[in-house]
Amino acid sequence: MTDMKNPLLDLDRMIDDRRTRIIVCCGSGGVGKTTTSAAIGLRAAERGRQVCVLTVDPARRLAQAMGLTALDNTPRLVDGVSVAAGGSLHAMMLDMKRTFDEIVEAHADPARAAQILANPFYQSLSSSFAGTQEYMAMEKLGQLRRSDEWDLIVVDTPPSRSALDFLDAPERLGRFLDGRLIRLLTTPARATRPFTKVLNAGFSVMTGALNKILGAQVLRDAQTFVTAFDTMFGGFRERADATYRLLQAPGTSFLVVATPEPDALREASYFVERLGEERMPLAGLILNRVHRSPLVPLSAPRALAAAETLETIPNDPLVPAANIAAAALRLHAERTNLGDREQRVADAFTSAHPAVPVAEVPALPVDVHDLAGLRDIGSLLADDALADRPAGMEPADERESRRGRG
Amino acid sequence: MTARDTDWDGVRLHVVTGKGGTGKTTVAAALALALAHGGRKVLLIEAEGRQGIARLFDRPPLPYEERKIAIGPGGNGDASMPGGDLYALAIDPEGALLDYLQMFYNMRSAGHVLTKLGMVDFATTIAPGLSDVLVTGKATEAARRRTRPGGPYLYDAVVMDAPPTGRIGRFLNVSAEVSGLAKVGPIRNHADTVANVIKSPQTAVHFVSTLEEMPVQETLDGVAELGRIAGIHLGGIVINMARPAAATREEMKAPPDLNALATALGKAGLHSTEALAESLAAELAEHSRHMELQDRERAELESAGQPVYELPLIVGDIDVATLYRLASELRAQGAA
Repeated sequence: MTDMKNPLLDLDRMIDDRRTRIIVCCGSGGVGKTTTSAAIGLRAAERGRQVCVLTVDPARRLAQAMGLTALDNTPRLVDGVSVAAGGSLHAMMLDMKRTFDEIVEAHADPARAAQILANPFYQSLSSSFAGTQEYMAMEKLGQLRRSDEWDLIVVDTPPSRSALDFLDAPERLGRFLDGRLIRLLTTPARATRPFTKVLNAGFSVMTGALNKILGAQVLRDAQTFVTAFDTMFGGFRERADATYRLLQAPGTSFLVVATPEPDALREASYFVERLGEERMPLAGLILNRVHRSPLVPLSAPRALAAAETLETIPNDPLVPAANIAAAALRLHAERTNLGDREQRVADAFTSAHPAVPVAEVPALPVDVHDLAGLRDIGSLLADDALADRPAGMEPADERESRRGRG
Repeated sequence: MTARDTDWDGVRLHVVTGKGGTGKTTVAAALALALAHGGRKVLLIEAEGRQGIARLFDRPPLPYEERKIAIGPGGNGDASMPGGDLYALAIDPEGALLDYLQMFYNMRSAGHVLTKLGMVDFATTIAPGLSDVLVTGKATEAARRRTRPGGPYLYDAVVMDAPPTGRIGRFLNVSAEVSGLAKVGPIRNHADTVANVIKSPQTAVHFVSTLEEMPVQETLDGVAELGRIAGIHLGGIVINMARPAAATREEMKAPPDLNALATALGKAGLHSTEALAESLAAELAEHSRHMELQDRERAELESAGQPVYELPLIVGDIDVATLYRLASELRAQGAA
């Protein structure tokens, strides 16, 4: 980008640094997080790291590209990765329910675990709570990190409503489990002689209301669940806290992924600010699907004026290409406008966050389906001068000259 | 009311879903605006509090309250074709819960106690199906609300900016979600009532997609998923952000003659015409590849067998004027 004041993101330095143990890719939905994570993982593996990519919900063809066929919670070795540098690439898809079940099994005795797993509230919580996926992704990250089988874990955060959900989910779940409602719900079930104690007004209003809204059976199920879960609360909290500390630890780097669209960059801005507040290390912003303005020095208004001129030539046999030239000029104007607009949107972000390193990936004509495609994305991210660039992308020297301008 | 038939006559609740980044909220707003014509009254609901509607209409954040935010497009100076009224509502689970308590039990104050005690956290954390049923319940209630008992409906149509494609099946399949938790009881009855509206011909689920592989695949998956839920009526597929073709497919088939192109550029008063011709030809070639890709993805979407509408890519900020333009596109194509 011509006006870019921000430093360029040095991806290779980051992935070559053995102290980097975790890279978290975050950003709003639809910005290419999964592809970016996979591309970074592949590049790091081919540069000698033992990498595990943890994805949450990859598009089918991307999953196939990495040889992932089932959501089975087990890291699988990805074939076709160059091992010349001594690295390797594993990839796995998160099974959030199974991850949750495993935590329950780890924290409760078998009888109690079975009771929890069979409870309808647990089943709802573990399979559909929007925050469960975020929480379980972080939990799995912690497990992978503790196993120490990989020296770099790249994690793709879930496509949440808000990019921040995965940071908040453990805390929210913890707060909820420690909440007064839970305490109240568990009180009658734990009391030796229920209802002989003085019930506070809040509680009676609440049980009355809950009975009305939910029905007595639902309330009973909820109480059973909460009581059974109660013994695990401490363990749960500790795990959530440990994951949170892991994200703040020196070996963790966050990459915020966005496209040059106002919504995506607004989320990215929130995220950058939030990471700062949480003392979590931001490595940089990756801007995907950038439409660069064409390189020819012809402004949109001039192109449009020229197109209009040509459109007034009525089928002049001396100017047989008038129509197609006018069309090409209009197209050029449109592309220039699009590039300029993206530039303005990106500038709004970079001027608010001038210290954040940025890497750009141009809009590619087709989606990535294979390792070769991921490798190309990795090269673009690392700003390689790549000779065998696929058709439809501008050569690297043009990108270089673009960087030099302005 | 106009005599003209649209594809969705008889539909009172329009549910709009789509993959993140496809412009779901924009399309929902444009559809609502398109429906708000001829004196009709339309409610636009935001189901996941991101305040996207407020931003689109350049308003401060919307409260949990039905507010008028725009006047629908009327016929050009034609008094017999007045505009309509567009209202908006941002639903959050907490507000929906209080509303539910008030509406059915007249116990708003108990609701406040519940909120303090963390009931809303309870509903959203432990049983998201419950919070979904409150949100969809609010939308169906608005769609069926009458000005007075036995009188006409208050809103002629309700448009809901719903959760994205990945969650839409669970979101709409409310009674199944709740039945695991509540086999009997009032919330179950409520869920069944909501399900009856959602699974009636008065409700249609529209998908928003761009002409790119991943959103198209997700749309087809979503269409298949909803098709498996008995009673749900699929609506249209709205292609958003389609790039218009710069020239006819015929013209783009063969690369243009560079000399002829340079001559034409010279006629238009431009300089360095040879280099320019080369560069423009390359842009045309890339554009042509992009058009082929779009054609392929469009055909994929058409294979779903639902009516397909198409909205152009808007370069620049989407403002209220743009929404009117998109709304009139949807009207012209029969979506409203």
